[in-house]
Amino acid sequence: MDQVEKLHAEQRRRRALILVVLALGLGLAVLWAIQTGPVAIPTGMVLRISLYRLMHCLLPHRLWAGIPVTWPHTHEIIVIDVRWPRILLGVLVGAALATSGCTMQGLFRNPMASPYTLGLASGAAFGAALAIVLEWPFYALPALAFLFAVLTVFVVYRIASVRGGVPMETLLLAGLATGSFFSALVSFMLYIAGEKLAGIVFWLMGGLWASDWDKVLIALPLVSLGTTGIFLLSRDLDLLLLGDEQAQALGVNTERVKKIALALASLITAAAVCGSGVIGFVGLIVPHLMRTLVGPEHRLLLPASWLVGALLLVCTDTLARAVIQPTEIPVGIITALLGAPFFVYLLRRRKQTLEW
Amino acid sequence: MKLEIRGLSFRYNSIPALEKVTFEIAGGELLGIIGPNGSGKTTLLRCLNRTLSPLAGAVLVDGHDVAHWSRQELARQMGLVPQNTAITFPFTVLEVVMMGRHPHQGILGVASERDIAIVKESLRQTNTLHLAARPITGLSGGERQRVIIARALAQEPRILLLDEPTSHLDINHQLEVLELVRRLTNERGLVTVMTSHDLNLAARYCDRLLMLEKGQVYALGTPEEVLTPANIRRVYRVEAEICRHPATGTLQVLPLAPIDDAQEGR
Repeated sequence: MDQVEKLHAEQRRRRALILVVLALGLGLAVLWAIQTGPVAIPTGMVLRISLYRLMHCLLPHRLWAGIPVTWPHTHEIIVIDVRWPRILLGVLVGAALATSGCTMQGLFRNPMASPYTLGLASGAAFGAALAIVLEWPFYALPALAFLFAVLTVFVVYRIASVRGGVPMETLLLAGLATGSFFSALVSFMLYIAGEKLAGIVFWLMGGLWASDWDKVLIALPLVSLGTTGIFLLSRDLDLLLLGDEQAQALGVNTERVKKIALALASLITAAAVCGSGVIGFVGLIVPHLMRTLVGPEHRLLLPASWLVGALLLVCTDTLARAVIQPTEIPVGIITALLGAPFFVYLLRRRKQTLEW
Repeated sequence: MKLEIRGLSFRYNSIPALEKVTFEIAGGELLGIIGPNGSGKTTLLRCLNRTLSPLAGAVLVDGHDVAHWSRQELARQMGLVPQNTAITFPFTVLEVVMMGRHPHQGILGVASERDIAIVKESLRQTNTLHLAARPITGLSGGERQRVIIARALAQEPRILLLDEPTSHLDINHQLEVLELVRRLTNERGLVTVMTSHDLNLAARYCDRLLMLEKGQVYALGTPEEVLTPANIRRVYRVEAEICRHPATGTLQVLPLAPIDDAQEGR
């Protein structure tokens, strides 16, 4: 008769185990990423530099003053000002896109939904293109990208809402229409951009090369608050998978949960996009992969997607930096190159089994 | 324990679906809602648990108007077994039944010992304990229906709503599910409201029947009072003979022929 208790305890152990393993994996990926680059810096030195600078920030002077500096100053700059912000931004962007994608797929009950389903990417791209073409100061670009991303989602939501709720099919179509509209505007901007064309194109491809601590510090609170908020909706998202009728019968205020979840998912996607441009497929592959690996329960699925999204983006970005040194490939290209074949695989598999 | 429905009306856009439906039902009673397609059976259930907001009228639980309750509070009082219980995601049976504890849990949704005990009891009562670790997607229709009933029980409701709980089941599982519903209603003193297309099963298991015609209560009473050839002729447009089952003694409706409305000049 203890079967149920045992099963319950087993499921909890499994959850914890999977998350610990994935977190360790992310840790290793970060370590690999930070020592890889045109200048190879041994792990030991990276750790010493990082620890030293961390103490610098957090502890009083007398505690770290005696520690001898045994590394070249250039290495310190590379580790602290170049690689760490880039890797941390990679973690935040990857985590945000995967978590957002996972939420969207759950809300739409559709494995093809992604963070960009509501047309957010096109909106952000228009904002960025506008800032580039108008030659506004550098901080206007992420600000406008963020603003237009949020604005697009807001408009799409308003278009789709009818009395008493927001039908998800209408939302999908409204996202499609609004996205196309902004895409057309982006094309127009590209057409009139002249010599600024390259800047827009690079931004559209998505990448982490322009990372700095400012971007990390902007993305950090948005992404951590947004993803925490979504994690708190895990159980509600599970119930929504059963359909509105059953979810309501089990005490979920479906319209409110959908609204909050869409808002949070869009917020973290906008934060990610304004930091790194439009990086595709992370938000599509990772949640799907995780769903097949760990099951549909959001309490495990969301944090697992968070960790693997971060892991994937850090790894692909490191590849992007390492493949053609000293130059680099935009990471969006690598994620899409990996993503498209995976997508095809999904389509093929769906023909055989109709569940996802 | 008393559920009162007073003057409930509902419209889809401007098309009336329910008109001034009024009835009462006490704890331990199983009420069957019958009527042809489109007569408002499912709409009535949906108004009871406020998936739909009625245009007029009230649903009272022990004198309290449910319109003032939150979704969560409603889910603590009413469990629903919907018509379509297909779940396309491979949650385990334990996870599905644990979902019934959702209205009782805090925002973190951490299962307490009490939650686990209640889930276990729900699984035991519906004879689904052995399925706990199986994915819901791999169950047969009858097993899945019992799991969904277990989930509704885990809500610890005082009112149980079932929307055609036997419509997709073979005769063995039909009897099994209705025996279960009957037993739970008696043992837990539940107010149970069930819609059904199967007049014979409804007659056998329900204490009273409510017959709907075009959103209005046409007849309400014991199966003997409601299932008369005249009522069935009028509401279902079918000539039928009513007799007693030789073994169980319950009413049996034997349909003879549909009535041709055109020939009758209607």
